[in-house]
Amino acid sequence: MSRRPGRGPRGLDAGAPLLGRHRPGTSALHRARPGPKLAGLAAVGLVAGLARAQAPAAPALALLAVLLLAVAAGALAAGLGVAYLAGQLRRLAAVLVLLGAVQWLTRGPLVAAAVLAGLVSCVWAAATVTGTTPVPVLLDAVVRALRPLRGLGVDPDRVGLALLLAVTSIPVVAGLLTDSRAAAAARGLPRDPRAVLVPTVLRTVAHAHAVSEALAARGLVDD
Amino acid sequence: MIRLEAVEVLAGERVVVHPTSLELAERSVALVGPNGSGKSTLLRLLNGLVLPSHGRVLVDGDEPEHALAAVRRRVGFVFTDPDAQLVMPTAVEDVALSLRRVGVPRGARDARARELLAAQGLAGLADRSVRELSSGQRQLLALTSVLATGPAVLVCDEPTTLLDLHHARRVADVLLAAPAQLVVATHDLALAARTERALWVQDGRVVRDGPAGDVVAAYRASEPG
Repeated sequence: MSRRPGRGPRGLDAGAPLLGRHRPGTSALHRARPGPKLAGLAAVGLVAGLARAQAPAAPALALLAVLLLAVAAGALAAGLGVAYLAGQLRRLAAVLVLLGAVQWLTRGPLVAAAVLAGLVSCVWAAATVTGTTPVPVLLDAVVRALRPLRGLGVDPDRVGLALLLAVTSIPVVAGLLTDSRAAAAARGLPRDPRAVLVPTVLRTVAHAHAVSEALAARGLVDD
Repeated sequence: MIRLEAVEVLAGERVVVHPTSLELAERSVALVGPNGSGKSTLLRLLNGLVLPSHGRVLVDGDEPEHALAAVRRRVGFVFTDPDAQLVMPTAVEDVALSLRRVGVPRGARDARARELLAAQGLAGLADRSVRELSSGQRQLLALTSVLATGPAVLVCDEPTTLLDLHHARRVADVLLAAPAQLVVATHDLALAARTERALWVQDGRVVRDGPAGDVVAAYRASEPG
Protein backbone atom coordinates (compact mmCIF):
# COMPACT_ATOMS: atom_id res chain seq x y z
CA MET A 1 0.00 0.00 0.00
CA SER A 2 1.49 3.33 -0.96
CA ARG A 3 0.92 6.54 0.94
CA ARG A 4 1.77 10.03 -0.13
CA PRO A 5 4.59 11.48 1.95
CA GLY A 6 3.50 13.80 4.74
CA ARG A 7 -0.03 12.43 4.86
CA GLY A 8 -1.41 10.59 7.88
CA PRO A 9 -3.87 7.71 7.74
CA ARG A 10 -7.38 8.59 6.64
CA GLY A 11 -10.17 8.91 9.19
CA LEU A 12 -9.98 10.23 12.72
CA ASP A 13 -6.67 11.67 13.82
CA ALA A 14 -5.47 9.28 16.51
CA GLY A 15 -3.04 11.83 17.87
CA ALA A 16 -5.51 14.63 18.49
CA PRO A 17 -8.47 14.96 20.80
CA LEU A 18 -11.76 15.14 18.91
CA LEU A 19 -12.87 18.49 20.29
CA GLY A 20 -9.63 20.42 20.39
CA ARG A 21 -6.91 20.68 22.97
CA HIS A 22 -6.80 23.35 25.64
CA ARG A 23 -4.83 26.40 24.53
CA PRO A 24 -3.70 28.57 27.43
CA GLY A 25 -4.66 32.24 27.11
CA THR A 26 -5.95 35.30 28.94
CA SER A 27 -9.15 36.06 26.99
CA ALA A 28 -12.48 36.65 28.70
CA LEU A 29 -13.52 33.12 27.77
CA HIS A 30 -10.32 31.71 29.28
CA ARG A 31 -11.03 33.62 32.51
CA ALA A 32 -14.73 32.69 32.60
CA ARG A 33 -15.86 29.99 35.02
CA PRO A 34 -16.60 26.60 33.42
CA GLY A 35 -20.24 26.50 34.59
CA PRO A 36 -21.41 29.46 32.48
CA LYS A 37 -19.39 28.16 29.53
CA LEU A 38 -21.07 24.76 29.74
CA ALA A 39 -24.45 26.51 30.09
CA GLY A 40 -23.61 28.56 26.98
CA LEU A 41 -22.75 25.38 25.12
CA ALA A 42 -26.08 23.88 26.13
CA ALA A 43 -27.82 27.06 24.95
CA VAL A 44 -26.10 26.86 21.54
CA GLY A 45 -27.28 23.27 21.21
CA LEU A 46 -30.82 24.19 22.20
CA VAL A 47 -31.06 27.15 19.80
CA ALA A 48 -29.49 25.13 16.96
CA GLY A 49 -31.93 22.28 17.53
CA LEU A 50 -35.02 24.50 17.73
CA ALA A 51 -34.04 26.58 14.70
CA ARG A 52 -33.16 23.53 12.63
CA ALA A 53 -36.59 22.07 13.36
CA GLN A 54 -38.16 25.18 11.78
CA ALA A 55 -35.99 25.09 8.62
CA PRO A 56 -36.37 26.01 5.79
CA ALA A 57 -38.36 28.96 7.23
CA ALA A 58 -36.39 32.16 6.59
CA PRO A 59 -36.23 33.30 10.26
CA ALA A 60 -34.82 29.91 11.26
CA LEU A 61 -32.14 30.06 8.57
CA ALA A 62 -31.26 33.61 9.59
CA LEU A 63 -31.03 32.59 13.24
CA LEU A 64 -28.72 29.67 12.38
CA ALA A 65 -26.50 31.96 10.30
CA VAL A 66 -26.26 34.43 13.19
CA LEU A 67 -25.57 31.59 15.64
CA LEU A 68 -22.79 30.20 13.46
CA LEU A 69 -21.16 33.62 13.04
CA ALA A 70 -21.51 34.40 16.76
CA VAL A 71 -19.88 31.11 17.79
CA ALA A 72 -17.05 31.62 15.30
CA ALA A 73 -16.56 35.21 16.49
CA GLY A 74 -16.42 34.01 20.11
CA ALA A 75 -13.77 31.41 19.26
CA LEU A 76 -11.69 33.93 17.33
CA ALA A 77 -12.01 36.50 20.12
CA ALA A 78 -10.64 33.85 22.50
CA GLY A 79 -7.57 33.63 20.27
CA LEU A 80 -8.26 30.10 19.05
CA GLY A 81 -7.66 31.06 15.42
CA VAL A 82 -9.09 30.10 12.05
CA ALA A 83 -6.78 27.07 11.78
CA TYR A 84 -8.17 25.69 15.05
CA LEU A 85 -11.77 25.99 13.81
CA ALA A 86 -10.85 24.56 10.41
CA GLY A 87 -9.17 21.62 12.15
CA GLN A 88 -12.45 20.71 13.86
CA LEU A 89 -14.18 20.59 10.46
CA ARG A 90 -11.38 18.63 8.84
CA ARG A 91 -11.77 15.81 11.38
CA LEU A 92 -15.50 15.67 10.71
CA ALA A 93 -15.30 16.26 6.96
CA ALA A 94 -16.58 12.81 5.98
CA VAL A 95 -19.54 13.07 8.38
CA LEU A 96 -20.39 16.60 7.24
CA VAL A 97 -20.25 15.69 3.56
CA LEU A 98 -22.36 12.55 4.03
CA LEU A 99 -24.91 14.28 6.24
CA GLY A 100 -25.15 17.27 3.91
CA ALA A 101 -25.60 15.05 0.85
CA VAL A 102 -28.36 12.96 2.46
CA GLN A 103 -30.22 16.07 3.67
CA TRP A 104 -29.86 17.77 0.27
CA LEU A 105 -31.22 14.73 -1.58
CA THR A 106 -34.07 14.03 0.82
CA ARG A 107 -35.12 17.49 2.05
CA GLY A 108 -33.46 20.06 -0.20
CA PRO A 109 -30.49 22.41 -0.06
CA LEU A 110 -31.93 24.85 2.52
CA VAL A 111 -32.57 22.14 5.10
CA ALA A 112 -29.13 20.68 4.38
CA ALA A 113 -27.57 24.09 5.00
CA ALA A 114 -29.57 24.45 8.23
CA VAL A 115 -28.52 21.02 9.51
CA LEU A 116 -24.85 21.67 8.75
CA ALA A 117 -24.95 25.18 10.23
CA GLY A 118 -26.49 23.83 13.45
CA LEU A 119 -24.01 20.96 13.69
CA VAL A 120 -20.97 23.14 12.98
CA SER A 121 -22.18 25.71 15.53
CA CYS A 122 -22.33 22.97 18.18
CA VAL A 123 -18.92 21.53 17.25
CA TRP A 124 -17.25 24.95 17.29
CA ALA A 125 -18.96 25.89 20.56
CA ALA A 126 -17.79 22.64 22.18
CA ALA A 127 -14.28 23.13 20.78
CA THR A 128 -14.29 26.67 22.17
CA VAL A 129 -15.14 25.35 25.64
CA THR A 130 -12.43 22.65 25.52
CA GLY A 131 -9.98 25.10 23.92
CA THR A 132 -10.37 27.65 26.71
CA THR A 133 -10.85 25.30 29.68
CA PRO A 134 -8.40 22.68 30.98
CA VAL A 135 -9.98 19.22 31.21
CA PRO A 136 -9.47 18.95 35.00
CA VAL A 137 -11.41 22.21 35.45
CA LEU A 138 -14.24 20.82 33.31
CA LEU A 139 -14.15 17.59 35.32
CA ASP A 140 -14.42 19.52 38.60
CA ALA A 141 -17.31 21.58 37.19
CA VAL A 142 -19.24 18.48 36.12
CA VAL A 143 -18.65 16.82 39.49
CA ARG A 144 -19.79 19.98 41.33
CA ALA A 145 -22.91 20.27 39.17
CA LEU A 146 -23.86 16.66 39.87
CA ARG A 147 -23.42 16.86 43.65
CA PRO A 148 -27.09 17.71 44.33
CA LEU A 149 -28.00 14.40 42.68
CA ARG A 150 -26.00 12.41 45.22
CA GLY A 151 -29.19 11.86 47.21
CA LEU A 152 -30.67 10.07 44.19
CA GLY A 153 -27.80 7.59 44.14
CA VAL A 154 -25.69 9.41 41.52
CA ASP A 155 -21.94 9.25 42.19
CA PRO A 156 -20.63 12.58 40.79
CA ASP A 157 -16.99 11.44 40.66
CA ARG A 158 -17.90 8.30 38.78
CA VAL A 159 -20.11 10.15 36.27
CA GLY A 160 -17.46 12.84 35.75
CA LEU A 161 -14.81 10.21 35.16
CA ALA A 162 -17.09 8.33 32.75
CA LEU A 163 -17.64 11.51 30.69
CA LEU A 164 -13.93 12.22 30.74
CA LEU A 165 -13.13 8.71 29.52
CA ALA A 166 -15.77 8.92 26.79
CA VAL A 167 -14.03 11.99 25.35
CA THR A 168 -10.43 10.88 25.85
CA SER A 169 -11.03 7.34 24.53
CA ILE A 170 -12.07 8.55 21.07
CA PRO A 171 -8.50 9.06 19.80
CA VAL A 172 -7.49 5.73 21.38
CA VAL A 173 -10.18 3.84 19.48
CA ALA A 174 -9.26 5.78 16.33
CA GLY A 175 -5.67 4.59 16.82
CA LEU A 176 -6.81 0.97 17.18
CA LEU A 177 -8.83 1.33 13.98
CA THR A 178 -5.79 2.72 12.15
CA ASP A 179 -3.64 -0.17 13.42
CA SER A 180 -6.25 -2.73 12.35
CA ARG A 181 -6.44 -1.16 8.88
CA ALA A 182 -2.67 -1.36 8.55
CA ALA A 183 -2.65 -4.99 9.76
CA ALA A 184 -5.43 -5.91 7.31
CA ALA A 185 -3.54 -4.24 4.46
CA ALA A 186 -0.36 -6.11 5.44
CA ARG A 187 -2.31 -9.38 5.19
CA GLY A 188 -3.56 -8.40 1.73
CA LEU A 189 -7.11 -7.74 2.98
CA PRO A 190 -7.35 -3.94 2.90
CA ARG A 191 -11.00 -3.93 1.81
CA ASP A 192 -12.31 -6.78 3.96
CA PRO A 193 -14.45 -5.17 6.68
CA ARG A 194 -14.16 -8.24 8.93
CA ALA A 195 -10.37 -8.01 8.88
CA VAL A 196 -10.61 -4.42 10.11
CA LEU A 197 -13.69 -4.32 12.35
CA VAL A 198 -13.35 -7.61 14.26
CA PRO A 199 -9.84 -6.89 15.60
CA THR A 200 -10.81 -3.27 16.29
CA VAL A 201 -13.81 -4.32 18.37
CA LEU A 202 -11.85 -7.01 20.22
CA ARG A 203 -8.96 -4.66 20.97
CA THR A 204 -11.38 -1.92 22.06
CA VAL A 205 -13.00 -4.28 24.55
CA ALA A 206 -9.55 -5.38 25.78
CA HIS A 207 -8.52 -1.73 26.12
CA ALA A 208 -11.69 -0.94 28.09
CA HIS A 209 -10.92 -3.84 30.43
CA ALA A 210 -7.33 -2.66 30.88
CA VAL A 211 -8.48 0.92 31.56
CA SER A 212 -10.99 -0.22 34.16
CA GLU A 213 -8.29 -2.29 35.88
CA ALA A 214 -5.86 0.64 35.77
CA LEU A 215 -8.46 3.06 37.15
CA ALA A 216 -9.16 0.66 40.00
CA ALA A 217 -5.42 0.28 40.64
CA ARG A 218 -5.04 4.08 40.72
CA GLY A 219 -7.86 4.22 43.27
CA LEU A 220 -9.99 6.39 40.94
CA VAL A 221 -12.89 3.91 41.03
CA ASP A 222 -13.81 0.97 43.19
CA ASP A 223 -14.32 -2.46 41.68
CA MET B 1 5.08 -5.26 55.40
CA ILE B 2 3.33 -7.52 52.90
CA ARG B 3 2.29 -10.97 53.98
CA LEU B 4 0.71 -13.81 52.00
CA GLU B 5 -0.74 -16.56 54.17
CA ALA B 6 -1.39 -19.83 52.33
CA VAL B 7 -2.70 -17.88 49.36
CA GLU B 8 -4.11 -19.91 46.49
CA VAL B 9 -5.69 -18.55 43.29
CA LEU B 10 -7.95 -20.69 41.14
CA ALA B 11 -9.41 -19.93 37.72
CA GLY B 12 -12.20 -22.46 37.50
CA GLU B 13 -10.50 -25.82 37.90
CA ARG B 14 -7.06 -24.46 37.02
CA VAL B 15 -4.61 -23.52 39.77
CA VAL B 16 -2.99 -20.19 38.84
CA VAL B 17 -1.10 -19.79 42.12
CA HIS B 18 -0.53 -22.83 44.34
CA PRO B 19 -0.75 -22.31 48.12
CA THR B 20 1.96 -19.78 48.87
CA SER B 21 3.12 -18.10 52.06
CA LEU B 22 5.51 -15.15 51.93
CA GLU B 23 6.65 -12.15 53.90
CA LEU B 24 8.00 -9.25 51.87
CA ALA B 25 9.79 -6.76 54.07
CA GLU B 26 12.77 -5.85 51.87
CA ARG B 27 13.10 -2.44 50.23
CA SER B 28 12.99 -4.03 46.76
CA VAL B 29 11.77 -7.44 45.58
CA ALA B 30 11.80 -8.83 42.03
CA LEU B 31 9.68 -11.64 40.60
CA VAL B 32 11.24 -13.47 37.68
CA GLY B 33 9.95 -16.39 35.65
CA PRO B 34 8.51 -17.28 32.26
CA ASN B 35 5.29 -15.87 30.80
CA GLY B 36 2.20 -17.45 32.34
CA SER B 37 4.03 -18.54 35.48
CA GLY B 38 1.77 -16.56 37.85
CA LYS B 39 3.94 -13.46 38.45
CA SER B 40 1.25 -10.99 37.39
CA THR B 41 -1.39 -12.76 39.47
CA LEU B 42 0.86 -12.60 42.54
CA LEU B 43 1.31 -8.87 41.96
CA ARG B 44 -2.40 -8.27 41.43
CA LEU B 45 -3.10 -9.90 44.79
CA LEU B 46 -1.19 -7.09 46.48
CA ASN B 47 -3.72 -4.36 45.73
CA GLY B 48 -6.90 -6.34 45.32
CA LEU B 49 -7.07 -6.54 41.51
CA VAL B 50 -7.18 -10.31 42.14
CA LEU B 51 -8.59 -11.77 45.35
CA PRO B 52 -7.31 -15.09 46.69
CA SER B 53 -9.51 -18.17 46.37
CA HIS B 54 -8.03 -19.42 49.67
CA GLY B 55 -5.77 -17.86 52.27
CA ARG B 56 -5.28 -14.16 52.83
CA VAL B 57 -3.13 -11.23 51.82
CA LEU B 58 -2.13 -8.56 54.35
CA VAL B 59 -0.65 -5.17 53.47
CA ASP B 60 0.45 -3.42 56.63
CA GLY B 61 -2.21 -5.46 58.43
CA ASP B 62 -5.06 -4.65 56.01
CA GLU B 63 -6.69 -7.27 53.79
CA PRO B 64 -7.58 -6.04 50.27
CA GLU B 65 -10.77 -8.08 50.50
CA HIS B 66 -12.03 -6.07 53.48
CA ALA B 67 -10.21 -2.74 53.23
CA LEU B 68 -9.79 -2.24 49.50
CA ALA B 69 -9.67 1.56 49.48
CA ALA B 70 -7.11 1.67 52.31
CA VAL B 71 -4.90 -0.90 50.56
CA ARG B 72 -5.07 0.94 47.24
CA ARG B 73 -4.12 4.21 48.92
CA ARG B 74 -1.01 2.44 50.16
CA VAL B 75 -0.17 0.33 47.08
CA GLY B 76 0.55 2.04 43.75
CA PHE B 77 0.47 -0.12 40.61
CA VAL B 78 2.32 0.38 37.32
CA PHE B 79 1.31 -1.75 34.32
CA THR B 80 3.33 -2.99 31.35
CA ASP B 81 1.43 -0.81 28.89
CA PRO B 82 1.00 2.76 30.16
CA ASP B 83 -1.70 3.57 27.60
CA ALA B 84 -4.49 2.11 29.72
CA GLN B 85 -3.23 3.98 32.76
CA LEU B 86 -3.02 7.49 31.31
CA VAL B 87 -6.53 8.90 31.12
CA MET B 88 -6.06 12.67 30.85
CA PRO B 89 -5.21 14.50 27.61
CA THR B 90 -1.91 16.03 28.75
CA ALA B 91 0.93 14.92 30.99
CA VAL B 92 0.42 17.61 33.63
CA GLU B 93 -3.32 16.91 33.77
CA ASP B 94 -2.76 13.21 34.34
CA VAL B 95 -0.45 13.83 37.29
CA ALA B 96 -2.94 16.42 38.59
CA LEU B 97 -5.68 13.76 38.49
CA SER B 98 -3.65 11.66 40.92
CA LEU B 99 -3.19 14.70 43.15
CA ARG B 100 -6.96 15.30 43.07
CA ARG B 101 -7.48 11.77 44.40
CA VAL B 102 -5.22 12.37 47.40
CA GLY B 103 -6.96 15.65 48.25
CA VAL B 104 -4.47 18.27 47.04
CA PRO B 105 -6.47 21.52 46.75
CA ARG B 106 -7.55 22.48 43.23
CA GLY B 107 -5.44 25.65 43.13
CA ALA B 108 -2.24 23.81 44.07
CA ARG B 109 -2.51 20.80 41.77
CA ASP B 110 -1.07 22.24 38.57
CA ALA B 111 2.06 23.66 40.20
CA ARG B 112 2.65 20.50 42.24
CA ALA B 113 2.14 18.30 39.14
CA ARG B 114 4.72 20.36 37.23
CA GLU B 115 7.19 19.99 40.12
CA LEU B 116 6.75 16.21 40.08
CA LEU B 117 7.21 16.06 36.30
CA ALA B 118 10.32 18.23 36.54
CA ALA B 119 11.75 15.90 39.19
CA GLN B 120 11.58 13.07 36.63
CA GLY B 121 13.06 15.20 33.85
CA LEU B 122 9.68 15.56 32.12
CA ALA B 123 9.15 19.31 32.61
CA GLY B 124 9.31 19.98 28.87
CA LEU B 125 6.53 17.48 28.22
CA ALA B 126 4.06 18.81 30.78
CA ASP B 127 1.64 20.35 28.28
CA ARG B 128 2.11 17.76 25.53
CA SER B 129 -0.64 15.32 24.65
CA VAL B 130 0.07 11.93 26.21
CA ARG B 131 -0.53 10.42 22.74
CA GLU B 132 2.43 12.38 21.35
CA LEU B 133 4.88 10.93 23.88
CA SER B 134 7.13 7.95 23.16
CA SER B 135 6.49 4.64 24.96
CA GLY B 136 9.34 5.36 27.34
CA GLN B 137 8.08 8.86 28.12
CA ARG B 138 4.56 7.50 28.67
CA GLN B 139 5.85 4.87 31.10
CA LEU B 140 7.81 7.53 33.01
CA LEU B 141 4.66 9.64 33.10
CA ALA B 142 2.55 6.71 34.36
CA LEU B 143 5.13 6.13 37.05
CA THR B 144 5.13 9.82 38.01
CA SER B 145 1.32 9.78 38.25
CA VAL B 146 1.44 6.77 40.57
CA LEU B 147 4.25 8.20 42.72
CA ALA B 148 2.27 11.47 43.01
CA THR B 149 -0.10 9.71 45.41
CA GLY B 150 2.77 8.86 47.76
CA PRO B 151 2.30 5.07 47.90
CA ALA B 152 4.12 3.08 50.58
CA VAL B 153 4.42 0.15 48.17
CA LEU B 154 5.07 0.39 44.44
CA VAL B 155 4.00 -2.70 42.50
CA CYS B 156 5.11 -2.91 38.86
CA ASP B 157 4.14 -5.54 36.31
CA GLU B 158 6.90 -5.77 33.69
CA PRO B 159 7.32 -1.98 33.50
CA THR B 160 10.26 -2.04 31.08
CA THR B 161 9.10 -4.74 28.65
CA LEU B 162 7.91 -2.31 25.93
CA LEU B 163 10.78 0.14 26.27
CA ASP B 164 14.04 0.77 24.44
CA LEU B 165 17.28 0.26 26.36
CA HIS B 166 17.66 3.92 27.30
CA HIS B 167 14.17 4.26 28.75
CA ALA B 168 14.30 0.81 30.36
CA ARG B 169 17.38 1.96 32.25
CA ARG B 170 15.77 5.28 33.21
CA VAL B 171 12.57 3.61 34.44
CA ALA B 172 14.64 1.10 36.42
CA ASP B 173 16.60 3.94 38.03
CA VAL B 174 13.37 5.73 39.01
CA LEU B 175 11.86 2.54 40.43
CA LEU B 176 14.89 1.72 42.55
CA ALA B 177 15.16 5.31 43.83
CA ALA B 178 11.43 5.67 44.58
CA PRO B 179 10.54 6.43 48.21
CA ALA B 180 8.46 3.26 48.47
CA GLN B 181 8.91 -0.48 48.84
CA LEU B 182 9.28 -1.88 45.31
CA VAL B 183 7.78 -5.19 44.17
CA VAL B 184 8.43 -5.71 40.47
CA ALA B 185 7.76 -8.57 38.07
CA THR B 186 10.22 -8.39 35.20
CA HIS B 187 11.99 -10.16 32.36
CA ASP B 188 14.69 -7.49 32.64
CA LEU B 189 17.25 -9.50 34.59
CA ALA B 190 19.54 -6.48 34.93
CA LEU B 191 16.75 -4.72 36.83
CA ALA B 192 15.95 -7.84 38.87
CA ALA B 193 19.62 -8.21 39.86
CA ARG B 194 19.62 -4.67 41.29
CA THR B 195 16.88 -5.52 43.82
CA GLU B 196 17.53 -6.93 47.30
CA ARG B 197 15.52 -10.11 46.99
CA ALA B 198 14.17 -12.13 44.10
CA LEU B 199 11.51 -14.80 43.77
CA TRP B 200 11.64 -17.21 40.85
CA VAL B 201 8.06 -18.12 39.96
CA GLN B 202 7.33 -21.17 37.83
CA ASP B 203 3.98 -22.89 37.16
CA GLY B 204 2.26 -20.93 39.94
CA ARG B 205 4.87 -21.72 42.60
CA VAL B 206 7.81 -19.83 44.07
CA VAL B 207 10.56 -22.29 43.25
CA ARG B 208 13.47 -20.21 44.51
CA ASP B 209 13.68 -17.30 46.91
CA GLY B 210 16.77 -15.44 48.10
CA PRO B 211 19.25 -12.63 47.42
CA ALA B 212 18.55 -11.24 43.97
CA GLY B 213 22.02 -11.95 42.60
CA ASP B 214 21.79 -15.65 43.45
CA VAL B 215 18.23 -16.17 42.21
CA VAL B 216 18.81 -14.24 38.98
CA ALA B 217 22.00 -16.22 38.29
CA ALA B 218 20.16 -19.51 38.85
CA TYR B 219 17.26 -18.42 36.66
CA ARG B 220 19.61 -17.24 33.93
CA ALA B 221 21.47 -20.57 34.04
CA SER B 222 18.18 -22.47 33.64
CA GLU B 223 17.28 -20.66 30.41
CA PRO B 224 18.14 -22.59 27.24
CA GLY B 225 20.82 -21.02 25.04
